[in-house]
Amino acid sequence: MFTPHTPQDVEAMLKAIGLSKIEDLFQEIPEQYRFPELNLPPALTEMEVNQDLESIAHANGNTSELLSFLGAGAYDHYVPAAVDMLLRRGEFYTAYTPYQPEISQGTLQSIFEYQSLICSLTGMDVANASHYDGATAAAEAVILAYHHFRGKRTKFLVSRAVNPQYRQVIRTYMRGNSEISILGDDPDTGIDASMEKLIAQIDANTALVMVQYPDFFGRIIDYKPLAEAVHAAGALLAVSVNPTALGILTPPGEFGADIVTGEGQPLGIPLSYGGPYLGIFAVTNELLRKISGRLIGQTVDAAGELAYVMTLTAREQHIRREKATSNICTNQGLMALASTIYLSLLGKHGFEQVANLCYQKAHYAANQIDRISGYDLAFPDIPFFHEFAIRCPMPVDHLLDHLRAYDILGGYDLGKDYPELEGCLLMAVTEKIHKDDIDLLHDALLEVTHG
Amino acid sequence: MAEPTIYELSSPGRQGVRFPEPDTPQSPLPTEFKRKDLPLPEVSEVDVVRHFTRLSQKNYGVDIGIYPLGSCTMKYNPKINEVAARLPGFALTHPLQPEDTVQGNLYLMYALQEWLMEISGFAGITLQPAAGAQGELTGVLIIQKYHADRGDTKRKRILIPDSAHGTNPATSSMSGFEVVSLPSDDRGNVDLEALKGLCDENLAGLMLTNPNTLGLFDEHVVEVIETVHATGGLVYGDGANMNALLGIVRPGDLGFDIMHFNLHKTFSTPHGGGGPGSGPVAVCEKLVDYLPDPVVTIVDPGDEETPPLYGYAHPARTIGPIKSFQGHFGMLVRAYAYIAMHGSQGLRNIAEMAVLNANYLLSKIKGTYTLPYDRKCMHEFVVEGVWEDAPGVRALDVSKRLIDYNVHPPTNYFPLIVHEALMIEPTETESLESLDYFADALLKIAEEAHTQPELLHEAPHHSPVRRCDEVLAAKQLILRTGPKPNA
Repeated sequence: MFTPHTPQDVEAMLKAIGLSKIEDLFQEIPEQYRFPELNLPPALTEMEVNQDLESIAHANGNTSELLSFLGAGAYDHYVPAAVDMLLRRGEFYTAYTPYQPEISQGTLQSIFEYQSLICSLTGMDVANASHYDGATAAAEAVILAYHHFRGKRTKFLVSRAVNPQYRQVIRTYMRGNSEISILGDDPDTGIDASMEKLIAQIDANTALVMVQYPDFFGRIIDYKPLAEAVHAAGALLAVSVNPTALGILTPPGEFGADIVTGEGQPLGIPLSYGGPYLGIFAVTNELLRKISGRLIGQTVDAAGELAYVMTLTAREQHIRREKATSNICTNQGLMALASTIYLSLLGKHGFEQVANLCYQKAHYAANQIDRISGYDLAFPDIPFFHEFAIRCPMPVDHLLDHLRAYDILGGYDLGKDYPELEGCLLMAVTEKIHKDDIDLLHDALLEVTHG
Repeated sequence: MAEPTIYELSSPGRQGVRFPEPDTPQSPLPTEFKRKDLPLPEVSEVDVVRHFTRLSQKNYGVDIGIYPLGSCTMKYNPKINEVAARLPGFALTHPLQPEDTVQGNLYLMYALQEWLMEISGFAGITLQPAAGAQGELTGVLIIQKYHADRGDTKRKRILIPDSAHGTNPATSSMSGFEVVSLPSDDRGNVDLEALKGLCDENLAGLMLTNPNTLGLFDEHVVEVIETVHATGGLVYGDGANMNALLGIVRPGDLGFDIMHFNLHKTFSTPHGGGGPGSGPVAVCEKLVDYLPDPVVTIVDPGDEETPPLYGYAHPARTIGPIKSFQGHFGMLVRAYAYIAMHGSQGLRNIAEMAVLNANYLLSKIKGTYTLPYDRKCMHEFVVEGVWEDAPGVRALDVSKRLIDYNVHPPTNYFPLIVHEALMIEPTETESLESLDYFADALLKIAEEAHTQPELLHEAPHHSPVRRCDEVLAAKQLILRTGPKPNA
């Protein structure tokens, strides 16, 4: 199969080593534990495993069969055919970390272009080669801020309107650090779009304030007053973005973000049940040397030709060991490549077009649902991008069950994470949804609610 | 020839992919939020496809030839893996779909959990970690919470052998532990006497890679683990080198408490130019409750007519989630396909052929290249790329010259305890002919080092670019490009 050895090869190789049988290679393994019989299913051929996996995949309902309004951190966008065709090139996906720049220029230049595109999109000065996903990128922002202030500022304010999973992952990452406190996302601070209660908590001990843009409820909030308050206290502002929204929205670099993180999945990466995705991470020039993870820089080769290499590697774990600020080893190389190809294919106009389609269709959907008696926008006067919260006239889990009968995945039950939003449904609309789909949803809701 | 950047290829008015006009009434975006300029490139689909195809041709991958990068297990990636992960039933499922609509995904994850536990000899597992380094973080946070929950708060020290990968100490200090380096003995094992001197009531645990980065199986591994356990510490196994142990020995049986897998090494999921990886973490019985939230379980066993119902469980003392959603699901599909194609005997055959290949290669070059620890190796080995009678030639020169022979260089200058290290892992997917070719190249280069050292110093000669100026890169720090000024 994938081991090309014939019995003659094995014999010749053993002879060269000076052994008589394969088992002799393993004499150092404690004898009582050597060669366990593993209780695994019998080996399948490629054809059988293909059939097995097709039937497993078939046991799922997927977003090509169901009409899905699920978002909440992962979004169903159209991925142009050329993205995957290029990703399938063995030269890209069977390479590893570009340790040898002479034979890795493909990976290196495409990551350099990725860094450039992320800077263009976010309005920031420098982007790294990526983190694992939106949640871990957010956690790395907290770690960066902790080290930026050399541990002297110990308060981290994370808005309650930041994705609940991101907030949990930040807490997991910071478990080992008992000196710091992560605040700002308690029910008292609340999800008020005015940011007043969050701003009130900023003080001289605050290292970082983190918000989401658009926030977890899809809301577009003016963060300029917040940025001013954060900077007046000498703290850093981190903004977690949905990159698609930046096709039409003012980039965070223009309203004072020091760090931009985000989930890059919407940029040409399939939903794939939660991963692999892409952690966007970008900073201002002032924080360049504090950035964790891989960075690709331009240089020249011995013949004076333009070339790309990994740079500032002295910050990383393989050199610094226990003194490194992060343990990150790889990035999401292939996912960064996918987003680079995606952004190139859509370009200046196509990407704006997709963002606008999402915005328009989401607004049509919100208006249609809002008109049904009993359904109200949870945040009626606040602008939103392509996701919105709807207050429903019945328990959300019941409503979602009813919609399933119409092959509709209605959205995300906000009451699970926000007691104050019990009865509210978070719905996302992307460019893949047609007006007819929204009308179908409207009619289904009407029927479910009013018979 | 230098490839222009995608911005340089841009020409106003071009667009690779178009989208339909909105089919809904228009709602204006409030002007105060409207972006003024979107400085992305403007290129056609042909431009994009040719640009990235040309870039790919400047890369070396496993699909091109032998990639003996030590400790990275650059084995062949079966093509069926790629087909399987892209099946619409997998690729188009949303991570927050109701559990009854993703029974296929949950079954696959449950089966993979069971298989990985069986292969490694552990009682519980999480598939969530994104990569080996994140698996380590998960494991070390479990160690931290385990001691904390028992009120054993003095345990602040983690021991790490000097041969360990850099992520081990980085992870430990990131998790609030004090890192103490553990020396190796003259056979490349953990120095048992040094270990005994460092085991006390302050010890949280030991992180051990076995076989270690020298490719050596620790001859006292059971005693090492028992020593740590005797003082209440936990032993973390870095599973980077699990490829040598499939069907040979189960780390759980040896007494390890925690271990991460690298699905991208051992179980053939592609390395992707540096990710995505996947780093499941398995634990012993007493640590099952500490696993990241959630894990996949059988909610209802079903009966003869109804299949089991799969769903999520939330471990009682969980450290919390370590990343978004359920992990790198696409990688899990690939690993499932790989294990399903091998079975028990097939997995053992992988380890046997990996170890055979490494020892065969070693036997061909031993004598020409100095072997610091003269023992049989497991799946990889470390030699010195330097000769007293070839002054001025370094391991890096040997590596760069290998590129001229169309071989990817081994890992250089690691582990740190070997002078001018060349760390070589051929993997089981290389044939006898491929190994002979590689060995001959190494032998020729050793000869060139003595007769024509300039060939090595100036190598590579036949690559898309020559040696790159890393000092200049760090000095000028050009980390991005952008639109042409007048575009």
